[in-house]
Amino acid sequence: MLRFFALLMLIAFPLNAGEEIVADLSQNRVGISATFDGSHILVFGAVSRDAPAPDSGPMQVVVSVSGPREAVTIRRKDKRAGIIWVNSASALIDEAPSFYSVATTVPLGQALSEAEDAKHKVSIPRAINSIGTQIATGQAAEFTDALIRIRSGNGLYQVHEGAVEFMSETLFRTEIDLPSNLTAGEYTARILITRDQQVVDVFKTKLDIHKVGIERWLYNLAHENAIYYGLMSLIIAIVAGWMASAVFSYFRA
Amino acid sequence: MQIYLPIAEISVNAFLLLGLGGMVGILSGMFGVGGGFLMTPLLFFIGIPPAVAVATEANQIVASSFSGVLAHFKRKTVDLKMGLVLLIGGLIGAYLGIQLFNYLRSLGQVDLLVKLSYVVFLGIIGSLMFVESLNAIRRSKKTGSAIVRKKHTWLHNLPLKVKFRTSGLYISVIPPFLIGVFVGVLAAIMGVGGGFVMVPAMIYLIGMPTKVVIGTSLFQIIFVTAFTTMMHATTNYTVDIVLAVLLLVGGVIGAQIGTRIGVKMKAEQLRILLAILVLAVCGKLALDLLLQPSELYSLGAGGGH
Repeated sequence: MLRFFALLMLIAFPLNAGEEIVADLSQNRVGISATFDGSHILVFGAVSRDAPAPDSGPMQVVVSVSGPREAVTIRRKDKRAGIIWVNSASALIDEAPSFYSVATTVPLGQALSEAEDAKHKVSIPRAINSIGTQIATGQAAEFTDALIRIRSGNGLYQVHEGAVEFMSETLFRTEIDLPSNLTAGEYTARILITRDQQVVDVFKTKLDIHKVGIERWLYNLAHENAIYYGLMSLIIAIVAGWMASAVFSYFRA
Repeated sequence: MQIYLPIAEISVNAFLLLGLGGMVGILSGMFGVGGGFLMTPLLFFIGIPPAVAVATEANQIVASSFSGVLAHFKRKTVDLKMGLVLLIGGLIGAYLGIQLFNYLRSLGQVDLLVKLSYVVFLGIIGSLMFVESLNAIRRSKKTGSAIVRKKHTWLHNLPLKVKFRTSGLYISVIPPFLIGVFVGVLAAIMGVGGGFVMVPAMIYLIGMPTKVVIGTSLFQIIFVTAFTTMMHATTNYTVDIVLAVLLLVGGVIGAQIGTRIGVKMKAEQLRILLAILVLAVCGKLALDLLLQPSELYSLGAGGGH
């Protein structure tokens, strides 16, 4: 159905110079409910062209989904006084996406040149803005490597080379996994098509990931009415404690 | 069944949390300790962010202590006057502890502070209790009679003496007040009730009768942890009510069972079991500090927040 819609779009707006992406996500909103256990979204699209495909290299597709960008402090433990491991050196990275997944038709290096990667910030190291990184001691690269290693281990940074499939010459699709430890916020999905490692067109769309239902209510209460939230937590605790005691005395009596 | 925690922002198994709460609850009822010194490290191990673990655990301890203290009120084993002195100290200590916690958090050393505190206090108290209870068991086997504690120490020469009827003591308020302050600091920085420090201190330093010690410490813990919960909820927004409810449902049931097991066991047996438990947690945390971690780097929120 959705793919049919994409095709309609393709027919509706066919006359543009060069090649253009027409794409969409299977959903533009993901709700984090109490039973949220991860999710996945389908990214699909087509390439519309006004002329026959150029003779240059084959077309490649790169899909990236990025979470909200925020500052991150990375700390390194060192051995102190010969026995104890203590946080010592640290680095502050201005902006790193809380989630980043990139899927491609071929290995990223073949789909995109270094210069294009630097321009469009597609690969994970490029997506992390480490320009303003403040390092107390040591090397910036070590800290960004550690950030990528830790977040990859948590499933928050993903690279899936070859995960974008062509359904036909111009239709493509891929699935992006959203892990259960996702943070809410405004996500951005990007699709790039390339030929000879050069970007031909870029398509961007928003993906809204937000808490719903009781999760949303509790989160908002905790941040906006912290005193009421704290009192509510205490009342729940005291009532639960009293009830347990009452129930047990009842059964013993 | 996976459940998403709104404040911790991770998805965890609800039955795992119920089970952890229940197990720790049984121990807390048996020994009259809040159980925080076990639960907080366990929460770290299952991936709850430390700041959320410490704050939420304070809330959970309110529930299990409240449940426990009711049973003690019925048996009239709470010394309210002594509890009040401990409480005043506790609130002051908790306030100071939170200032220290926030200061060290800004330096990125909160993990070290928490773990070192655990290793030092659990190590000292665990070893003392272990040796003492071994001696007590050996003595009771030889003579068949209970130990007679010294009646007079330098503590009895301090000013501000008050009569504590329930405990049958006439002593200065200064030692219980200072114990309260100390326990309050620990409650704030370690995410514990502090029973594991307070119970031995009341027995060995103040000389209170064992039967009123547990009820009185639970009484103090309720108010100090309630205060800590409010401080964390309003300054750091780190109390996760969903996590707390899951832990306390298991915890309050466990505590009721534990209180009944505790009544049936001999004091020496209880103390030696608690000592072994305390030493085991201490050992695990000491290894974390002394062995090279598999991941040297850790992530935290950026400085702008």
